[in-house]
Amino acid sequence: MDVNQYLEIFLDETKEHLENLNAQILQLEQEPEDVGTINEIFRAAHSLKGMAGTMGYKRMQKLTHDMENVFSEIRNGTMKVDSNLIDTLFQCLDALEEYNNTIQETADEGTNDNQALVSKLNEYLKGVSKDAAVSVPTKASPVLPDTSEEKWTDIKVGESELSVLTEAQKSGKNIYGLTVYISEACFLKAARAFLVYKAIEEKAEIMVSNPPAQDIEDEKFELDFSLIVISDHPLEEILSLAGSVSEIERVLGGVYKLPEIREPENVETAPEVEQNQNVPSVAAQPAPAKNVDKKALGKPVVNRTVRVDIEKLDVLMNLVSELIIAKNSLVSASTDERSSNSGFNEQIEYLESVTTNLHESVMKVRMVPIESVVNKFPRMIRDLSKKLDKKMELYMSGEETELDRTVVDEIGDPLMHLLRNAADHGLEPAEVRVQRGKPEVGSIFLEAYQDGNNVVIEVRDDGSGIDVEAVKQKGIDRGVITPEQGESMSEKDIINLLFHAGFSTSKQITDISGRGVGLDVVKSKIESLSGEVEVKSKMGEGSTWIIRLPLTLAIIQALMVTVGGEKYALSLGNIQTIEDISPDEIKLVQNREVIHLRGTVIPIIRLNEELDIASSKSSDENLVVVIVKKGENLAGLVVDELMGQQEIVIKSLGKYISKCKIISGATILGDGEVALILDANALI
Amino acid sequence: MEELKTIGTNVLEENSVYETFQYIVIKLGSEQYGIDIRYIDNIVRMQHITRVPKVAEYLKGVINLRGEVIPVMSLRLKMELETDEITKATRIIILKLEQHGTIGIIVDAVKEVVTLGINEIEKVTYDAKEDGLNFVNGIGKKGDELISILDLNVVALEK
Repeated sequence: MDVNQYLEIFLDETKEHLENLNAQILQLEQEPEDVGTINEIFRAAHSLKGMAGTMGYKRMQKLTHDMENVFSEIRNGTMKVDSNLIDTLFQCLDALEEYNNTIQETADEGTNDNQALVSKLNEYLKGVSKDAAVSVPTKASPVLPDTSEEKWTDIKVGESELSVLTEAQKSGKNIYGLTVYISEACFLKAARAFLVYKAIEEKAEIMVSNPPAQDIEDEKFELDFSLIVISDHPLEEILSLAGSVSEIERVLGGVYKLPEIREPENVETAPEVEQNQNVPSVAAQPAPAKNVDKKALGKPVVNRTVRVDIEKLDVLMNLVSELIIAKNSLVSASTDERSSNSGFNEQIEYLESVTTNLHESVMKVRMVPIESVVNKFPRMIRDLSKKLDKKMELYMSGEETELDRTVVDEIGDPLMHLLRNAADHGLEPAEVRVQRGKPEVGSIFLEAYQDGNNVVIEVRDDGSGIDVEAVKQKGIDRGVITPEQGESMSEKDIINLLFHAGFSTSKQITDISGRGVGLDVVKSKIESLSGEVEVKSKMGEGSTWIIRLPLTLAIIQALMVTVGGEKYALSLGNIQTIEDISPDEIKLVQNREVIHLRGTVIPIIRLNEELDIASSKSSDENLVVVIVKKGENLAGLVVDELMGQQEIVIKSLGKYISKCKIISGATILGDGEVALILDANALI
Repeated sequence: MEELKTIGTNVLEENSVYETFQYIVIKLGSEQYGIDIRYIDNIVRMQHITRVPKVAEYLKGVINLRGEVIPVMSLRLKMELETDEITKATRIIILKLEQHGTIGIIVDAVKEVVTLGINEIEKVTYDAKEDGLNFVNGIGKKGDELISILDLNVVALEK
C-alpha cells in the first residue's frame, strides 16, 4: 500500500470540499453572523488541510492552514467579514483548485507558493492578533478525554510484543496507547485508517493494533481502532498527526503501562482498572447518542454517493446491449417461423420486461444530478457582477435533475458561456435598467427540468433581449448574409445567426464574452451530445436560451425503415407522424419539393437521393413520408417501406468512418446484420 | 519461454543482428503480400457488409464482429486495382491499429504464416516520380517466392 493509491480519493474529496467551501463562503457573505455556516467552512478547511498534509502537499497545507486561521478568527467573532476578505478567500480557493488540477495532472502540487495570498491572509490575521491573543488559550487547552472511550486500555498484548515493549521502555522510549475514532459519515474507513497508520508511522512504531492491521485493511472494524506504539516523540505530536487525517472524529491517547510494571503496583492501579472497566457500560451509551445529535444538526443532508468506475459501467452497459440483441434475435426468429406458440411469446415478453428494467437501472447508475456542475455558477456570477460593475442575482432551480454522467461532465462549459453572455450582453447597466423601469438588480435564471425523454436546461435573463436589427446588420457587415437575404429572413433565422462561427455582436470586446468564438462552440458542443439549443428573445424584456438534451445516449427507440432494399433506423424521438402521400400532392416551391399538410408547408427529403441509392418503388406509387421535427422545423423523409418500431443499441461507426454526417451511428439487428442510424437533425 | 530466450541469444551470437517477424501471407490477384501478425486481431469469412453512403469508394461499409461494428475496406480498390471478386476463399482480415483503431480489409485469400528474419527482408526505396502511395515497405524472400510487406499505416491512411 502506498499513498498514491489514495490519490484519486484525495482529488475527489478535495474537489468536494472546495465546492462546499465555495458555496458556504458565498453564504457567509450574505449572512456573516451565521454560526452554522462558519462552522461548516471551518470543518471543510480543516479536512482539506489534513488531507493535503497526509498526502505530503506542503504548499497546499500551508495555504489551507492560513485560511483556517482566518476562519478561526471569524468563528471567534474577532474578525469581521467584509467583501475584500471574501474576495481574498475566493482567490485562495482558486489557488487551491489550481493545486488540485496540477496534482491531478502530475501527481505533484507544483511550485507555486501563492506567497501573495498567504501574506494577504496574514495581514488580516495581524489586524486582529491583539484581540485574538485572549481567546486562543481557552481554545488550545485540550479537552480531557473520557476514559471510557480509551479502548486502547483494553488491548491484550501478546508475549512477544510484550518483550519488545519492555525492551523499548528500558531503552528510554515512550509507549503510548491510542484510540482513533473515524467519523460516521466516512465511506472509506480502511483508507482513513491507513492514512492514520501512515501518519503515526512518521513519528512512532506501531506495535499492536486492535483489530489487527489485516482486518482494518479489509474494513472489518466499527468506527474505532486502537493502537499501541513506541516513540521518542511526545504524545501530543502523535495525537495531532493522527488527528490531521480528515474524517477522523477524534484521537484519544495516553501513556501505556506495561502489565508487568503494573503488577508490583497492583494495589494502586487495581481500582483504576476496575473503574475503567465499569465506566464503559454507563458512559458509552450517552456518548454515541450525543454524536448522532450533533450530526443531525450539523449536516442534515448527507449525499450518499457511490463512486463507480465508468469503465465498469460501460462493461455492464455492453452486457445489457448484448441481452437486447439476444432478445431481438428471438423476436425475429418468432416472426420468421410464424409460430403461434403462446408460451414462446410469453417468454419473449418476459425477456423484454427484464431487459427494459435492467436497462433502466443501469442508466440510473450512470445518472448524476447536474448539481455538481451548476454549483460553481453562483460564485461565477458574483465575480462577474464585480467585474462588470452590474448588479445581478442568479436564481437556480432543478439542480437535482439528473443526466448521464458523460453529459454532465460536458455541459459545464456551454452553460458557463450562456451565463456569461447573459451577464455581459443580456443585462443592462443599472442606470439603463432604472430608466426602463426595471429593478436595479438584474436577474439571471438557470432552470433545469425533465421533459419527457429530454432534459431541458434554460438560461434566462430579464435584460435587453436580442436586437434583431443589430444582429442582421452585423451579419451583413461580416458577410455572413447578403442584404437581400437579410430582408427575406425571419426574425428567428436572424437570431440563429448568433450561432454562426465568428459572430459576435458585442460592441466592445470584453474578456468575459465577445471574442466571437462562443456561441458556435456552445452549439456544436451540445449537438455533439445529441442535444439542441435554441433561443427566444423579446426586445427589452430579455432572452431565454433553451438546451435540450436526451436522457440517454446508448439505447433508443427507433423506427426501422427500408430505402432501396437497405435497412435504416430513425430515432423515434424526432418523429412526429407518418403520412401516406400521393405523388401529385407534391408541389414545387423555390425548386424544392414540399407537401401541404394540415395547414403547414413541409419540405420533403427523398432519402434514396441522400443515400445515393435507387428507390425500390416506382414513381407513381404513393409515398411513405416520415415527418420529423428538429427544433421547430419540420421535414418529411420519403422512405420505401416501414418495418416497425424497435429498441436499438447505438454503436459507434468508429473514427475511421466519421465523415458521413447524416449517419449518427449503427446498430446490430436480430439477424446480426448492421443497420445504420440516420441523423434526422443533420438531414434537415 | 526460457527455451525461447536461449535460442534467441544463440542466434544473436551467430548473426549479430538477427530479428525475426511473423507475417500472414495473403493473395491479391497474382501477387502475394505479407501482413505483420502483431496487428492482426482476427480473420473472418466474407459476410454481409452494410454499405455506408457518402464515403470513399474503397470503404465497403461496416460488418458486425461479435457485437462490434467494424468498418471494412477493399484493399484492391484502395490500391487502385480492379474490384473484388468474391469467392469462397475471400477473407476479411481484422486489423488493430494504434492510430486508426480496428478496421477490416478484404483480401482474395489467406495462404500461410511465414517467419522472416530481418536479413530476409529487403527495404524498398521508391523514386519520387510515383505520386501514388507506397503500400509496400519491404520485400520478403522466402525460397523462390517474393512477398511484399504491406505498410499498414499507409493502407489505413484516409485519402
